[in-house]
Amino acid sequence: MKIIVLMKQVANKDAVLRIAGDEKWINEADVAQQTNESDGYALEEALRTVEAKGEGEVVVCTLGPAGAKSVIKDALARGAHRAIHIVVEDSKSLSAYQVAKTIADAIRDENAELILSGLQSDDASYGQTGVILAELLGIPHATIVIEVDRGSLGDTLRVKRELESGWYQWFTYKLPALMTIQSGISQIRYASLKGIMAAKSKPVTEVTPAIEPFASAASIQKVYMPLKTKQTQMLGNGDAKAGAVELVEKLRSEVRVI
Amino acid sequence: MSILVFIEHKDCVLNKTSLEAIAAAQAIGKDLGLSITAVLPCDKDCSLAQDIAGYNIEKVIVAKNEKLGTYTPDAYADAWEQVIKAVNPQYIVMAHTYQVRDFAPKVAARLGREVVGDCIRYRSEGGKLVLTRRIFLGKLDADVAIGGDAPYFITFQSGAFRGDSAERGSAAVETMDVTVGDVRMTPEAPFQEAKASVDLTKSEIIVAVGRGIKSQENLAVAQQLADALGADIAASRPICDSEWLPIDRQIGSSGQTVAPKLYIALGISGAIQHIVGMKNSGTIVAINKDAEAPIFDIADYGIVGDLFEAVPVLVEEIKKAKA
Ligand SMILES: Cc1cc2nc3c(=O)[nH]c(=O)nc-3n(C[C@H](O)[C@H](O)[C@H](O)COP(=O)(O)OP(=O)(O)OC[C@H]3O[C@@H](n4cnc5c(N)ncnc54)[C@H](O)[C@@H]3O)c2cc1C
Repeated sequence: MKIIVLMKQVANKDAVLRIAGDEKWINEADVAQQTNESDGYALEEALRTVEAKGEGEVVVCTLGPAGAKSVIKDALARGAHRAIHIVVEDSKSLSAYQVAKTIADAIRDENAELILSGLQSDDASYGQTGVILAELLGIPHATIVIEVDRGSLGDTLRVKRELESGWYQWFTYKLPALMTIQSGISQIRYASLKGIMAAKSKPVTEVTPAIEPFASAASIQKVYMPLKTKQTQMLGNGDAKAGAVELVEKLRSEVRVI
Repeated sequence: MSILVFIEHKDCVLNKTSLEAIAAAQAIGKDLGLSITAVLPCDKDCSLAQDIAGYNIEKVIVAKNEKLGTYTPDAYADAWEQVIKAVNPQYIVMAHTYQVRDFAPKVAARLGREVVGDCIRYRSEGGKLVLTRRIFLGKLDADVAIGGDAPYFITFQSGAFRGDSAERGSAAVETMDVTVGDVRMTPEAPFQEAKASVDLTKSEIIVAVGRGIKSQENLAVAQQLADALGADIAASRPICDSEWLPIDRQIGSSGQTVAPKLYIALGISGAIQHIVGMKNSGTIVAINKDAEAPIFDIADYGIVGDLFEAVPVLVEEIKKAKA
């Protein structure tokens, strides 16, 4: 079976973000990049599914600048078989629909039985790419998948979706289908030294797409620090221990829990 | 011209965030001079329709088909497509629930549109809306303009509008029989994993730990603080994902919603999905190394620093104060 996994490169979670000069995104030049968290889990599910089936291939697909190759290398080192890199330097300026449409055009002829992605990206957080892609490819989708019943794997696949407030629901899908994967679904494997060596010889197909303008695209006008909704009293002035002493005084005299 | 509002329900029991969507639509309707129609997909003459008709909107449409009894993205997308084509609205306003994020982008894409999702507020500029959404895990806000022709799909984050502020009124109820094609997924009954062994909704004081705690062993540090305060321990999602604490300790959109007198967040960044579960706490304290962490936007008291330095001192001082 063939599984395509969508993986995106995003700013590191702990990076200090600086707003770019045009105020439309962050300044990415000085920010470490990493694979989007839930996409890593999507890859892990794909690898486990192919392993359970005993045959097939996992194809990683990344849309992004040349620098996004590091996401691909890492995925190949973890066990993906080959990759498709849709090279778009200014990928941040694309809307969710444009990204999905570009990916759809690049992977349509692959006729994958399963497409997996993370449920949303940690940067723009559109949470739509997978769903739109499924619609454009004419296949059914499931979002926020938290468990895959690999015992059910055949022409169909049974998956557990997370609903709100601690509720869950199983759905059975006829394949082909697209699923967006929730973080924490499993334990992500590390790349082995052998895997890192093997990755060097795995094929990476580069695609340079012609991106069509999209009239309905939402566009970012301005990015800024969130407005504070509360007047926070900062304690300790950067000294954690002093802050703790001040806090206990507040808890005693103002919050009255001590 | 009108605004369509999606009313989410399970077996005709309302999902209360839909009232927030009504409040949002009412605000937008006033600003832009648009009337409001609420839409309820159901397999029968939904008993909820009369309740929704008790709000200040023009009409409630029950989109009816036998396949709409249990939610599936295929059936909902078919139903919505037809309602949208029949009503021809300017805006489609929904709460950003897990169900909406599952089907709304599909419907929008089918109509050649996309969703401006997870918005926290809007303003109207020259008769068009500019929407604000949180990006980078809550660290930044982005003002977003919508392009192209109507209809425009918008979802608002939970809490962006107050459901109890939705204006009352009286509306007409209509049924629209919709056709639903092939449903390519088979749902089973929704269920809860295990009955929660702790009911954090009743806790007076909660000490919550996030990824900043770094290891399961370090939970002892937080436990000492909880013991000193007589508090219950809770956590952000990654802690429960790693199985350092059971899932019933998770606070947030997929976990529990709590409102204790005091909530102390240790090493929690304050992602939207966490905040929706604890923002109604009486007093919020955040201890975080990162001065820019979004948790500080809603904290009453903040300490910028290492939790492993702060917490032992806290425990000592609390013990002294109590002695
Ligand atoms: C559909 C969906 C549903 C979700 N449901 C939930 C949910 O129900 N609940 C939930 O919590 N999340 C949920 N999430 C995940 C959420 O988006 C965040 O990923 C998560 O809340 C982050 O947890 P965290 O703050 O512990 O970790 P991080 O975001 O990694 O933050 C760790 C923080 O610790 C600080 N830190 C590190 N070391 C120290 C130290 N020594 N001292 C002090 N501070 C330190 C860092 O500065 C950082 O701010 C959901 C996500 C999605 C997409």
